[in-house]
Amino acid sequence: MTARFYLREGRRLLSPVLLVAGWQVASACGLISARILPSPVQLSRTLWGLIKDGSLLTNLLVSLERVSFGFSLALIVGVTLALLSGLSRWGEDIIDAPLQILRTLPALALAPLFILWFGIGEEPKILLVFLGALFPIYLNLHKGIRNIDPKLLEVARTLGLSRAQTIRDVILPGALPDLLLGVRYAFGIAWLMLVVAEQVNAESGIGHMMMDAEDFLRTDIILVGLIVYGLLGLISDRLVRTAERWLLVWQRQGGTRV
Amino acid sequence: MVAGVAKAGRYARMNHIISNGEEGLRPLVREAADVRITNLSRQFSGGPPVLDHLSLTIPAGEFVVLLGRSGSGKSTLLRTLAGLDPVECGEVLRPAAVSVVFQESRLLPWRRVWQNVVLGQKGPAAKQRALSVLAEVGLEHRVEAWPLTLSGGEAQRVALARALVRDPSFLMLDEPFAALDALTRIQMQALVLTLWRKHQCTTLLVTHDVDEALILADRVLVLENGRIKIDLPVPLSRPRRHADPVFEGLRCELLHALGVHDSE
Ligand SMILES: Nc1ncnc2c1ncn2[C@@H]1O[C@H](COP(=O)(O)OP(=O)(O)OP(=O)(O)O)[C@@H](O)[C@H]1O
Ligand SMILES: [Mg+2]
Repeated sequence: MTARFYLREGRRLLSPVLLVAGWQVASACGLISARILPSPVQLSRTLWGLIKDGSLLTNLLVSLERVSFGFSLALIVGVTLALLSGLSRWGEDIIDAPLQILRTLPALALAPLFILWFGIGEEPKILLVFLGALFPIYLNLHKGIRNIDPKLLEVARTLGLSRAQTIRDVILPGALPDLLLGVRYAFGIAWLMLVVAEQVNAESGIGHMMMDAEDFLRTDIILVGLIVYGLLGLISDRLVRTAERWLLVWQRQGGTRV
Repeated sequence: MVAGVAKAGRYARMNHIISNGEEGLRPLVREAADVRITNLSRQFSGGPPVLDHLSLTIPAGEFVVLLGRSGSGKSTLLRTLAGLDPVECGEVLRPAAVSVVFQESRLLPWRRVWQNVVLGQKGPAAKQRALSVLAEVGLEHRVEAWPLTLSGGEAQRVALARALVRDPSFLMLDEPFAALDALTRIQMQALVLTLWRKHQCTTLLVTHDVDEALILADRVLVLENGRIKIDLPVPLSRPRRHADPVFEGLRCELLHALGVHDSE
């Protein structure tokens, strides 16, 4: 982390900061009505209020729990299915065809059905997140396994690697970049599904907090909800990128010769 | 189909033979089986036979170079010997311990250099063995590197190390230097010769380069129409000089056999 790095980071912050400053000035001069768009200062006050009375944290925790459950489930099921269908002809025939059909269904359209089936409990929300995240994980890992360089598989044969060794040393590490890409997509979709699930039908969660605010014309709370969603998306993306940097060192150092 | 070879004490042996680069110094000749191909034929669906009742014997320890025009079936022959392609018709006998080096190094980019070399090797001594072979190919300073950071020549040397660490009785190289620049290629040729002397393995190298063939081989083969068209011993001591009149003569003969005519 050199001085140049910080300078670069600083430059990247410049335009958002200017934007917020301009927004504040415009609000203060009465150019923007507070009912349509509250000023940044007012938003921070609302945010502070929501933090102090604990409602933000409670709702945030509920939302996080839903995403964690749904996402973990999607990761476990998606990876398992992709391994089964990627590593055996048998699995491919049984698993891949139905999943390729199912994935064309827009998962969001399932929301009403899920609510009918599971009521207004946690199940439909977790399930929606799960379904949304499942396909990017499955599809990318499956593709990664199928697209392993056949030349490397040939090398494994000439080196006398067993099937298990070939999977461990060649196929899985080779498919890892695709899996991580899938995870990144999956996070994006997971947050989207959460928003929908919580706004259609929920009694807690960030989405619910925003819907409630709508009834009371609290634009400021809705905006705080938006900001929180945005931050969550940003953080999860950063997490995956960090994992990538960690797990795919061999790629990164290839880019810049050491 | 495959004859086994007794391979006792390979580790000790590898460390104790030190090549002094002199021709004819072969302290330990391995009791390896010859490579013996009889009436081997191969045909891809619909096409003409790529290999057509080909017969060939390579005595243990010999360095054979295979020449032939593009598409003449050199790789097919090598892949069949390596067990990558099936023997559909004919018979192939070869030692059990074989290694292959391809034109591309085919290293696993997600394994460090030394991990690529020990791939498929067992036992606690595996890493030690890998390090000593990497030292032989002059890469002791790159053992921890990621393959994507290697130069083409370095990557190919790692591939050589990976082939040699399993102490093969029969080493096959399919245009191993084709993608390298001329200077690196000359260095690699010298390296392969040194390693061949030291490890005493039967070697079959495929190339397009007639000079390379004559620098390296005990015997040069030209493959054409699925058969060995020319089987030419190279009665020269190493290191060899291009200027040698015998070298010149062999060169003309090979070029002629390959359908290239000197226009002087
Ligand atoms: N899997 C395959 N299916 C069909 N034809 C093949 C296959 N592999 C090789 N051939 C054909 O067999 C012939 C010999 O191919 P091979 O790769 O052995 O040639 P080569 O002598 O190694 O050529 P080069 O010097 O260009 O590498 C070619 O005509 C090629 O098209
Ligand atoms: Mg070839």
